[in-house]
Amino acid sequence: MIELRDSEFDPLYELAEFQKTLSHGKYGACCNFIGSMRDFNEGDDVSQMTLEHYPGMTEKFLQKICDEANEKWPLLDCLIIHRVGDINPNDSIVLTAAWSAHRDASFAACRYLIEELKHRAPFWKKENTTEGERWVSENTKASDEGV
Amino acid sequence: MNITVKFFASLREQTGKSDTSISSSEALTVSQAWQQASGLDEMPENTLCAINMEYVSSDTPLTDGDELAFFPPVTGG
Repeated sequence: MIELRDSEFDPLYELAEFQKTLSHGKYGACCNFIGSMRDFNEGDDVSQMTLEHYPGMTEKFLQKICDEANEKWPLLDCLIIHRVGDINPNDSIVLTAAWSAHRDASFAACRYLIEELKHRAPFWKKENTTEGERWVSENTKASDEGV
Repeated sequence: MNITVKFFASLREQTGKSDTSISSSEALTVSQAWQQASGLDEMPENTLCAINMEYVSSDTPLTDGDELAFFPPVTGG
């Protein structure tokens, strides 16, 4: 399931609620990633951020990432929730999660969901900093460490 | 042909447009549509293009009724 939210959400609550909808006894592993807003970036204090998206394409693209993960690994299900609009420090921005029978598929799929989202899904961050407003130019590349 | 054109994020601010439409009696590629729709000369380096919400390259030909979008590198998550 994929969902965009225009207000604050509690990722651990969402995770638990979604898991209740899955077939009990069928999954043995759930890995999740939660991204939240820092109050600093590139040496400046960040007081607020706005997340713009492309209505229609963003949802379609997140669903495509879930479908790809389901094709690559034997998963029971995937969940992606992403914020849009105005965001404050400490707010959760994104939750990705993947459920499978065993841990290998769950770890790999969760990593795939967040990396594909960060590098291909149409979202754009604009930061409000002590130096004024600025668009974030690029997401950092994933480190190979731990992959 | 008639094409709907959308600009997002920094490109929306640079062009001063979020939605516009262009029409042409001749076939257009994505980069030719950029010149007609944006009012700017060069497409900024790293610009991403989508037709009907699917990523395409800038030399892709357009079809009548397409929705074309231009946006900078994505920064979600």
